[in-house]
Amino acid sequence: MRKINKMAKEKGTFKRPSGRGLAEIRKMTAKVGVVPNADGSAMFSFGDTIAIAAVYGPRQLHPQHMQDPSRGILRVNYDLLSFSVYERKKPGPSRRSQEISKVTEWALLPVLDLKEFPNTVIDVQIYIIQADAGTRTAGINAASLALAHAGIPMKNLICSISVGKQDKNLIVDLDKDEEDFEEGEGATDFPIAKIANSDKYTLLQLDGKIQPDMAKKVLALADKACEEVYEVQKKALKEVIEK
Amino acid sequence: MSSMEGSNLTIETLKKMFAEGKRFDGRGLADYRDIEVISDISNKAEGSARVKLGKTEVLVGVKLEIGEPYPDSPDKGNLMVSGDLLPIASPRFEAGPPKFKAIELPRLVDRAIRESGMIDFSKLVITPGEKVWTVIIDIYPINDDGNIIDAATIGAVAALKRAKLPALNEKGKIDYDKPATTSLPLSKETAPLTFTFFKLGDSIILDPTREEDEACEGRIALAISKWSDQYMINSCQKGEEMPFSREELERIFDLLPKKYEEINEKLKKFL
Repeated sequence: MRKINKMAKEKGTFKRPSGRGLAEIRKMTAKVGVVPNADGSAMFSFGDTIAIAAVYGPRQLHPQHMQDPSRGILRVNYDLLSFSVYERKKPGPSRRSQEISKVTEWALLPVLDLKEFPNTVIDVQIYIIQADAGTRTAGINAASLALAHAGIPMKNLICSISVGKQDKNLIVDLDKDEEDFEEGEGATDFPIAKIANSDKYTLLQLDGKIQPDMAKKVLALADKACEEVYEVQKKALKEVIEK
Repeated sequence: MSSMEGSNLTIETLKKMFAEGKRFDGRGLADYRDIEVISDISNKAEGSARVKLGKTEVLVGVKLEIGEPYPDSPDKGNLMVSGDLLPIASPRFEAGPPKFKAIELPRLVDRAIRESGMIDFSKLVITPGEKVWTVIIDIYPINDDGNIIDAATIGAVAALKRAKLPALNEKGKIDYDKPATTSLPLSKETAPLTFTFFKLGDSIILDPTREEDEACEGRIALAISKWSDQYMINSCQKGEEMPFSREELERIFDLLPKKYEEINEKLKKFL
């Protein structure tokens, strides 16, 4: 795989190991209503990465001192299921999963109107069934659908995608092999979430090496990809309503 | 959490002042407070530093331990960054299990140091595949007056630059009685800095005091370094609820290299 990249580099053209185009997202699927007990739920996948999300609430928040009388609270829990990765993940929250839970909360909040639900909590549970990179972005897409399915007042959907960089090439929706790339400038992962059809970004994280000018191009690529994510999300929501 | 924020009146006043480009202490919106770095503040640490950013103070220590390499990098040393928001630093910090900010701080510094390439991990191998050096950076703010993340990265860089590898005895164990003379294998070219941009209303500011820090509705922490003569963003994390617009992000990306040069210039006399 690395060899193919090297050959491509010598020829001056860059090809992804999977044969995907630079801006090509893996096959996306979305399904709303996958957890019957929940007030809202959804599944979202990018290729081999599968996330499920369920929403419980708004419901009374305990302990009482955590309540906010001015609005409802959003509480997100993201985690990998123990078998979702090659090396079994020890069950229970890690520092990584706590961080992703928090940034997911921040990514989703701007479109929610929780003033109608004082002293309550809306719990969003996100679990990864199968992980092949892009788990937080798949999780956010699923959670956004699940919140809409639960009937929480939302101004818009949140769409999320990871844009990455391999050596000097920008690519959309990295898989695990691409994330582990080590040649040249290595691999950079740049997960992004935004309010659909807007220029408002609600999640930006990054890890690697990327020039400030290139970071601007990443935003443009993310915009384009998020439009595709949005279409998939919309279709999944329509399916459940029309049923 | 919300009950700890400043009063609505303070927030409204700050919002108005920022919109006019003003701050309580007379600084411009992108200006830093005075920086001071004092090295070697604890002689039992392999490297240490105290950073003062206005009234914010952070202590950083580097310890070196012999450890096993990770299975996916048998020929590389390890990095671990930890720290805590101790109750000594602020009436806001409480003892007990770490809250989110205490989890986030070392993770952000970790990514800045690791991704910048400042440490050459391939030179931290003692026996390939078996024994390597683990570099442990511990961060403890002792006075929180805002912008702890930026101060912590400066402290980590300063402490790493002072750190010496402990000597080993004939059994290959660390011997603290022998003088340590070898510095860490650090890049001469680069060291990262973190800039956390805070947003209140439509204004974006740098290096907030605690009052400003707590009033802000959104923030984005970006670590930047220079690599092969190019500016590189090494890590990024947007925090809090308020989104950033495309225009704001582009303005931030443009400002980063300038701030990097400016603060590096100020740090030169200390590092």
